[in-house]
Amino acid sequence: MTLANPALSDNRTDAKTRRKVRVVTRRRRRIENALIAYSFIAPNFLGFAVFTLGPILFAFALAFMHWDGSNPIEFAGLDNFWRLFEDRAFIDAFWNTIVYTAVSVPLTLACALGLAILLNQKIFGRDFFRTAMFFPYVASLVAVAVVWNMVFNPEMGPVNMLLYTIGIPPEDLPGWAADRHWAMVTVILFGIWKSMGYYMVIYLAGLQGINSELYEAAGLDGANAWQKFIHVTLPQLAPTTFFVTVMLTIQSFKVFDQVYMITQGGPGTSTLVLVYHIYNEAFISWDLGYSSMIALVLFLLVLVVTVVQFRRQRED
Amino acid sequence: MRIAGKKIKPATIAVYLTVIVVTVIMLLPFAWMLSASLKLDRDVFAFPIEWIPAQPRWQNYVDIWTKIPLALFIYNTSKLTIIVTLLQLLTSSFAAYAFAKLHFPYKNTLFLGYIATIAMPWQVYMVPQFLLMREFGLNNTHLALICLQAFTAFGVFLMRQFYMSIPTELCEAARIDGMNEYQIWAKIMLPLSKPALSTLTIFTFVTTWNDFLGPMIYLTKTELKTIQIGLRMFISQYSAEYGLIMAASVVALIPVLVVFLALQRFFVEGVASSGLKG
Repeated sequence: MTLANPALSDNRTDAKTRRKVRVVTRRRRRIENALIAYSFIAPNFLGFAVFTLGPILFAFALAFMHWDGSNPIEFAGLDNFWRLFEDRAFIDAFWNTIVYTAVSVPLTLACALGLAILLNQKIFGRDFFRTAMFFPYVASLVAVAVVWNMVFNPEMGPVNMLLYTIGIPPEDLPGWAADRHWAMVTVILFGIWKSMGYYMVIYLAGLQGINSELYEAAGLDGANAWQKFIHVTLPQLAPTTFFVTVMLTIQSFKVFDQVYMITQGGPGTSTLVLVYHIYNEAFISWDLGYSSMIALVLFLLVLVVTVVQFRRQRED
Repeated sequence: MRIAGKKIKPATIAVYLTVIVVTVIMLLPFAWMLSASLKLDRDVFAFPIEWIPAQPRWQNYVDIWTKIPLALFIYNTSKLTIIVTLLQLLTSSFAAYAFAKLHFPYKNTLFLGYIATIAMPWQVYMVPQFLLMREFGLNNTHLALICLQAFTAFGVFLMRQFYMSIPTELCEAARIDGMNEYQIWAKIMLPLSKPALSTLTIFTFVTTWNDFLGPMIYLTKTELKTIQIGLRMFISQYSAEYGLIMAASVVALIPVLVVFLALQRFFVEGVASSGLKG
């Protein structure tokens, strides 16, 4: 049949077109799939990009500008950076933040771990105790801070009344938030009280992940409770401790609300912290460039601590 | 020592004693607050403390509603909290599905954008963010706070981690059955992710309800204020009316207490799981 040949060539072109069509449909499907995926991400990502990523990039640029928010922006070079070293308030805020972090991180961590170990045992009313410890964390900060201020009121508060009743003379009673030397202590105590329940819960999860056979083996080797804690519990909890340390450090570096409510950064600059200074420079003095430079310092602090912690974690 | 015929170790007694003392320290400020909220101002600081006032002054709880627009503050806060929480749940779980189960160009780059900002304190970029909102004309609106809190890296990260633990075969089987991606998300992933959703709900609820610095920067008009800054304003205005301040504080605590007790089980599990995965 003479028709066979054209048919054959027809078949051949058919195969070619089919392959082409297949490539086109595959590409089209890939594009379609990507579009579907982007449609999932878009609602969140657009908001995130506009209101978080954008401002972050803007913050870094603003640190090298002079701006009061209404007049034109001027390039400042390193002016804002050099100003940090001459700004007494910044230097105080920097050290106060470091002191706050250095004291409250280990103390909160130790309290949280201790409580977690106690409440990991089978004791009566365990759920109630856990809930009670956790409650300050969710409670409204304004409400608990005002109670804290009243309870620690130097003249009439129940804490000082109690100290007075047990025999401490009035002139030796701590002045708490009103006293330069005690203000930081008051803020730190409040921070520990408010947040330790949260970290306790994270530690509880960590404790529940430890294989009980490890304790049995240690028991067979004649280890006592303390040795079990040092040689089984602590090493097994290392990832949790790493996580808690990083979280706590970041939280401490950015402390603001409780300082604002308990001491307003005072007396003097004795409890002024970095975020408080950022707030003052930005929203009180409208020195937006300089406040962004302080924010940059805060960012670098957080970055350094996170990187160092990650390094140590990897070495372990 | 023997109690009710059972032998009790001294260690057990020590454990109970420590736990009880710590619990008392944790709860005492709340008890003091409740007790003071039922007292006359001059009795608040009476020592020794009269924990249960002989003549409870319920009038404090009546007066607070007229002294400050407490109901309006609670309405504003509830509105903000509900909208932010819903938007957060919806957009985070939506985006997380794509990051966990779909393949597309620049997936890792985009996800890195989220991860990189998780540890970034909001305080670092709050100033430029405020300037941006002001540029958009959103200063002194609730919309500003919604935009600021509804799209967090944390939400996407938490949901993605949870979706990663759901077997991919489940999605593939659904695709063979003819479901499209949106149906898989709505009918398979969402119902399976209740634990993660409740964790995110609680976190978002508590953060938004208790947020202080955000509303303080953005809301200067009294009629827009949230309960936290409203309460703060009240405290500075009536600094000597201790009984009233305490009553208002108790009222401000109640919604969080209710949500917390209702979802307490999820909360503890949620914190635990997000903590370990983070």
